[in-house]
Amino acid sequence: MNLVLHVWRQKNNSEKGKMVRYEAQDINPHMSFLEMLDVVNERLIQKGEDPVAFDHDCREGICGACSLTINGRPHGPERGTTVCQLHMRHFKDGEEIYIEPWRAKAFPVIKDLVVARQAFDRIIQSGGFVSVKTGSAQDANTILIGKDTADKAMDAAACIGCGACVAACPNASAMLFVAAKVSHLALMPQGQVEKQKRVLNMVRTMDNENFGNCTNHYECEAACPKEISVDFIAQMNREYLHASINEKR
Amino acid sequence: MAVTGLLLLGFVIAHLLGNLCVFGGPDLLNSYAYHLEGLGPLLWAARLGLLILVLLHITTAVQLVLENRKARPVPYQRYKPVETTYAARTMAASGVIVLAFIVYHLLHFTFRVTHPDISHGLDPHGHRDVYRMVVLSFGDPRVAGGYVFAMALLCLHLSHGFKSLFQSMGWNSIRLEPKLAGISRLLALLIFIGYSSIPLAVLLGFVKPAGALS
Repeated sequence: MNLVLHVWRQKNNSEKGKMVRYEAQDINPHMSFLEMLDVVNERLIQKGEDPVAFDHDCREGICGACSLTINGRPHGPERGTTVCQLHMRHFKDGEEIYIEPWRAKAFPVIKDLVVARQAFDRIIQSGGFVSVKTGSAQDANTILIGKDTADKAMDAAACIGCGACVAACPNASAMLFVAAKVSHLALMPQGQVEKQKRVLNMVRTMDNENFGNCTNHYECEAACPKEISVDFIAQMNREYLHASINEKR
Repeated sequence: MAVTGLLLLGFVIAHLLGNLCVFGGPDLLNSYAYHLEGLGPLLWAARLGLLILVLLHITTAVQLVLENRKARPVPYQRYKPVETTYAARTMAASGVIVLAFIVYHLLHFTFRVTHPDISHGLDPHGHRDVYRMVVLSFGDPRVAGGYVFAMALLCLHLSHGFKSLFQSMGWNSIRLEPKLAGISRLLALLIFIGYSSIPLAVLLGFVKPAGALS
């Protein structure tokens, strides 16, 4: 199949970027989107041009490195799918495809389609962990956790931290990411001890990282490759309210 | 945003119930208005409270919009939202237009500046003739049309605002979400029908000026 690509090219963070048109010919429809870009890049290198920079790592949908906005939707048109798991058969022959980076002040462009997502790391560092004494682990069955709770915590823990929620949000808000991290720990008995301190610290760090605010459009849930529910945002809002009232006491 | 919105919704509903007195005829509406004004300082306290609520609602909204704009300095060339609603995306616009309407509305009915010729009469009981003012005002299709349009925008605003406040306050859940979305739309529709019924009833001749009643 033949495609026309419009790709965001930006040399570095300080220079202005622009869309550049490329023709991608003889693309195998069984390729993943990233494999298609590999082919385009090989041809660019052969011609002596600068290849398109994009983030990728595991290419099996679990690492959260790939981060392309395709035709205005983070991770492309398929629900619950990362770009690396998106195949070219979902596009039409001759289709024009617009490829852009995640766009948010908190995620500055490093080059072309690669953005810096350290803002997420700083949010995790501010509370996305459980402080436990290391040493030999106790028997898993000594702490009983109900199936419903375990399932819910697992749903939240499915977050791979890719940032599609921020990219999809009309306000570039990171609420779904933070909510998933806050909730998956708050649901587990090991995480409950620090849950109030955690939600306060993580939400405040998020606010300081130039993300926007949640106005409940729910675009994040639709874009999330792990289909994490906005229910966790409500849960985080509830926890935050409780924690901030308790803090003032 | 959520707290002030909820309280303002309370006013919107109470105000609607008061307005619906128009269907009970001139005596009911005028005596309702007479007793409301008779509350004196209590009424002014309520009005002051409403003013503060509106100002808080606007301040937080402006803050929200400015922060959200700053959060994405370089816009997408292509941006295709899939989940959001028309109401949610136009909250700022509908809010600004409704605010402009409220200013006009207060000048019209509360301060009686825009239609002085029909706004200062007394009814046979010596009460302020609110009924006459309302019916003659809405007899003008431009006034009635503007009113219905503003109510449509208010209810669009409410259809997102009402369900949204549950999410923001953390009162939402997976099971509640679809129900809340439905209730939110239904509530907005009911409020729209309630408010719009008054100018429409006047225009269609169901509610007539007091002189034409007998």
